[in-house]
Amino acid sequence: MSSTQEIEVLEPAARVMAKTTPEEDLPGDKMVLNMGPSHPATHGVLRIVLELDGEIITKAAPDIGYLHRGDEKIAENMTYTQFIPYTDRLDYLAPLANNVAYVLAVEKLLGIDKQLPNRCQFIRVICSELSRVSSHLLGLGSFAMDVGAMTVFLHTFTEREKIYNLCESLTGARFTTSYTRIGGLSRDLPPGWVEQCRKFCNEVLVNIDETETLLTRNRIFVDRTQDVGVISREEAIDFGLSGPNLRASGVNHDLRKQHPYLVYDQLDFDVPVGSNGDCYDRYLLRIEEMRQSVRLLEQCLEKLPGGPVNVPDMKIVLPPKDRVLTRMEELIHHFMNVTQGVNAPPGEVYFAHENPKGELGFYIYSKGGGTPHRLKIRSPSFVNLSILSQLLPGHMVSDVVAILGSLDFVMGECDR
Amino acid sequence: MAGERIEFRGEITLEITDAEQITDICSYAKTDLGFDYLVDISSLDHYGEDPRFTIVYHLYGYGHHQNLRLKTSVSEEKGELPTITAIWRTADWHEREIYDMMGIRFRGHPDLRRILMWEGYPYFPLRKDFPLAGKPSELPEVAFTEPAPLQGGPFVTIAGGKDTIAREPRVRIPESDALETNSRLERRRDIKEAHGQSYGPGPIEPKNS
Repeated sequence: MSSTQEIEVLEPAARVMAKTTPEEDLPGDKMVLNMGPSHPATHGVLRIVLELDGEIITKAAPDIGYLHRGDEKIAENMTYTQFIPYTDRLDYLAPLANNVAYVLAVEKLLGIDKQLPNRCQFIRVICSELSRVSSHLLGLGSFAMDVGAMTVFLHTFTEREKIYNLCESLTGARFTTSYTRIGGLSRDLPPGWVEQCRKFCNEVLVNIDETETLLTRNRIFVDRTQDVGVISREEAIDFGLSGPNLRASGVNHDLRKQHPYLVYDQLDFDVPVGSNGDCYDRYLLRIEEMRQSVRLLEQCLEKLPGGPVNVPDMKIVLPPKDRVLTRMEELIHHFMNVTQGVNAPPGEVYFAHENPKGELGFYIYSKGGGTPHRLKIRSPSFVNLSILSQLLPGHMVSDVVAILGSLDFVMGECDR
Repeated sequence: MAGERIEFRGEITLEITDAEQITDICSYAKTDLGFDYLVDISSLDHYGEDPRFTIVYHLYGYGHHQNLRLKTSVSEEKGELPTITAIWRTADWHEREIYDMMGIRFRGHPDLRRILMWEGYPYFPLRKDFPLAGKPSELPEVAFTEPAPLQGGPFVTIAGGKDTIAREPRVRIPESDALETNSRLERRRDIKEAHGQSYGPGPIEPKNS
């Protein structure tokens, strides 16, 4: 005779749970975990001291300054033109945009920002938008890699390589471009560049679509980013966020729309705005911003006017070399411009540029002459990172990499 | 309490005569005038003038899209003004940076520590009387703060002495460089002895041939 008996076999974890009563689960000591300054997810040299309760962060103290080079001090000791190469090294993932932002600030001080030739303005917009695409490609690639999607990183870097090739033929350097000059550009577009850039625009759109198919509906990616690192609209404004991180929290603010500089008011583009302010929204927003940048690039290449790229003022822009070597007047201007720099009036200006990472502002206080008395760089990464101590507590350690990746910062710019 | 109104290149600057009232003015600007966004705080050093320091606040309003700059002065003896971290939390890091770089203290700041330089660094590097080349600090182990090595090193043209072709870095051979570099390394050794701790490599031993 046989009988059946039901035996309940719990899962191993549940068996342990059944044996231990909740009363035994005493609060343990909090653990302090040091993350960085040399950690792949900190994108440079950010250090965060985390206080953990199990896997939950209870306190986060970001520690910055590992890449501080004293750029603001350096700027006080050289002419305005000499500082242009140093701007490459702020946000080194978008050097062209920094170049544009800096010279626009100096030109505002000189009062020539409205006299720039049309061709120069279009080329500068192309520079800004190219570096936006480049920066976002890297930002998304490394963000995806941090949360476990290696393929995306290789995918976006293939496209970035093409941008660097474009930079190389445009400026002679892939990374340290130093392309702009006060009152113009160091050189005009090389022959055939417009066609190359157009080809790139078509190719990158395909790449962006492919990147989206890899991530946007990817279960793992969505689970790791949705409702993680939520920044409310009020918090975003309170902590001074800017750029994509601000817009992902639902603030419709883009300096290119609200305070158009260069020729942005003649161009047609949309500003994407997020609604939740989580990591996933910041990702979606950057994808859309790249598409809009390509749209801007295509319009600029279409409308690109002819003519000179420099303002016709030898007191500001160096005269052509063949004339310097043959004429007195030009030689004097060249000499004065190189040795003493442009003669800026006394006064103070603040110019903000919509950089890939956010609002890059230059505050210049001049007492007259060729060097600034004080040049303050308002770097978006510095301000964006200040929210970390508020944002991280309550999240898991594994969320830190997702949050850092989605904030998309650069320490070169943060530490200056 | 608000003094002069200055306009330059389309930007409006308001000078505030009494730095003690900056908190009230900022909260008025935020709540009543709609400047809800603090863009930036920076500082100026007018070395040799009194008052020596100026603090500059850049405000922006998302409602009306206007910019406003507030300026207020702090004398060197006082070197202190109230914090505005209670109004905008973004002011926290900006004020820490000013404290770090200029040495101006913000009364009531929740956590006024150095931010870019390390804890215990004795100088305020953005002050005009701080030399560009830097100063040696008390803590050689923490960071290298010797005057910038403008001489020596494999990529630097050594100033003075020989003709330019011989001084050019690609021509120089390491052995003849050793003499040039040694003076710098000896300086390091002196610091090491003074502190009784190891500090960088010692002088290069001359080659026996």
